[in-house]
Amino acid sequence: MKILWNRLSSALLVLFAASFVTFTLARVIPSDPSLAYIGPKATAADAAQLRITLGLDQPIPVQYIKYLGETLHGNWGYSLSTKQPVLQEIIDRLPATLELVFFAMSFALICGVAMGVYAAKYRGRIQDSIIRILAIAGVSMPAFWLGLLLQMLFAGRLTWFPATGQFDIDLKYDNPITKITGFPIFDSIVTGNFAATVNGLHHMVLPALTLSAYSFGLISRMARANLLEVMSQDYIKVARAYGLSERIVFFKLALRNALPPIVTITGLSTAYLITGTFFVEQVYNWPGIGSFAVNSLISIDYPAIMGITLLAAIGYLVINFIVDLIHAKLDPRVWMR
Amino acid sequence: MSFLFKDKLTGTATVMMLIFIVAAIFGPWISPNAKEGAGATNVDNSYIGPGWQHLLGTDELGRDLLSRIIYGARPALLIALAVVGFAAIIGTLLGLIAGYAGGWIDNLIMRVSELFLSFPPLLLSLVAVTFLGPGLINALIALIISWWPWYARLIRVEASIIKSKPYVEISAAMGVPDRIIILRHILRNVTTPLIVQIAADLGTVILAAGSLAFIGLGAQPPSADWGLMVAQGRNLIFDQWWISTFSGLAIFLAVLSFNIIGDALRDHFDPRIARQ
Repeated sequence: MKILWNRLSSALLVLFAASFVTFTLARVIPSDPSLAYIGPKATAADAAQLRITLGLDQPIPVQYIKYLGETLHGNWGYSLSTKQPVLQEIIDRLPATLELVFFAMSFALICGVAMGVYAAKYRGRIQDSIIRILAIAGVSMPAFWLGLLLQMLFAGRLTWFPATGQFDIDLKYDNPITKITGFPIFDSIVTGNFAATVNGLHHMVLPALTLSAYSFGLISRMARANLLEVMSQDYIKVARAYGLSERIVFFKLALRNALPPIVTITGLSTAYLITGTFFVEQVYNWPGIGSFAVNSLISIDYPAIMGITLLAAIGYLVINFIVDLIHAKLDPRVWMR
Repeated sequence: MSFLFKDKLTGTATVMMLIFIVAAIFGPWISPNAKEGAGATNVDNSYIGPGWQHLLGTDELGRDLLSRIIYGARPALLIALAVVGFAAIIGTLLGLIAGYAGGWIDNLIMRVSELFLSFPPLLLSLVAVTFLGPGLINALIALIISWWPWYARLIRVEASIIKSKPYVEISAAMGVPDRIIILRHILRNVTTPLIVQIAADLGTVILAAGSLAFIGLGAQPPSADWGLMVAQGRNLIFDQWWISTFSGLAIFLAVLSFNIIGDALRDHFDPRIARQ
């Protein structure tokens, strides 16, 4: 319980600090944010009036306290480019991103562990080398480039998959998805909208594959290295000497003890996916947080940028927290620290 | 240096890296068309596909793509060296101070670097370069901002371990000044993890810089920058596929060779990991 409390208090501290960093960054911009809001044709008087309305005329510490209070009350400001509340934009777009991350992570985890196990089993043979090259390629590949290549090949040349978007445009007329949770594919499954599910999954393949490359590389390398380390330990030799089947030794004894580092690297790579979605969503025109983030960055939409940064810091914290919990579950010694 | 050729993969990566280094240094002399590589346009030659005339084709302004890619090697390698170099210097300095001094100085330095590390990778750089304004130099600064804390944390751990070794404690008891102890005993003993980390980071920085350029926050036209070139060919990917494909391939191969060499270096200096 004490650990949990320590964790929570340090998490709050980090969030507080994170909000401070984003706020400071947004206030040291050389360009005047109010100009971005009213456009280049506005007069100097208009700009001065707007600075008062937006509270930009007050001292920085006062602005920060105000910002913090507003943020806690769920008022994250208005996006300068879409003129909508930032929090609303984020809530509307989050499900699309989370579904993308879910599919990418599932793919990376299943393939990564399977390939890692396979490589460990055929250590030093050709299979091992091929998987090693695939893994290093996965972490070295620019996501935006891989996205373009897959688009060109599988959408352009072979026309197996659609190039962009989350659903076909006419889907919302033919088979509209009833909104329950806001997660489109999940909702379409729950409501039995089979056509929408298939269409959504069809659109999901290329973006999820692109996003998963990096995590796949990390996970498969970690899985291989850890399995080999565990397999070389004495208790495995003893188990083998007792005549336990290779299957039980491998899956029951070795894999379980190789899991904690794999969990850590999975968490770490999920954190990498947060910024990974920026580029993948940009390339695939995916209606999620990532494409919103890139558009906000390009147009210096500072309330949106601050909101996204804060959200990303929260996401990062939550992921690390979940990783710690799973760790504790897998390895009881963690609680003793 | 034999570990750079210890197996086929590492040997290939070493050769590839040497090619990139040669391209970066001698670009103007070895590229097929130096003028176009440097940015001169030739609109009559737009969108020629790969062939004998232009090995990798030409871009929308008729420039020979191979020349552009060779010209792009220099900024790519320079930004990697500059970011990792500055981050390593800042981080090492702060890490040494924190690890050696301990107490509130240690606390302060480490809390600040943890603050930087509490953001997902690359996010802080993206936000910083947005507010600094797009451009190569600002991208460089933004990347350094988010990279130094990794070095500070790494060096601090190493420094605090070495600090409690008997020979360091004895030197301190004998009255050797702190400055000498830090430089002679501690800095020398952290060089190995430092080199391993630098080698591992060079590829990652090329990737990060390419990503910034791709969304328009890094190098600006008409620079020959790989990430920027991928972005410029993006809307042409279905017809003039070679522009984005080959520019991105340059990033991929550079990052790949640096990562493979980074692995080899780590295995060489840290056999404990290699044995796994």
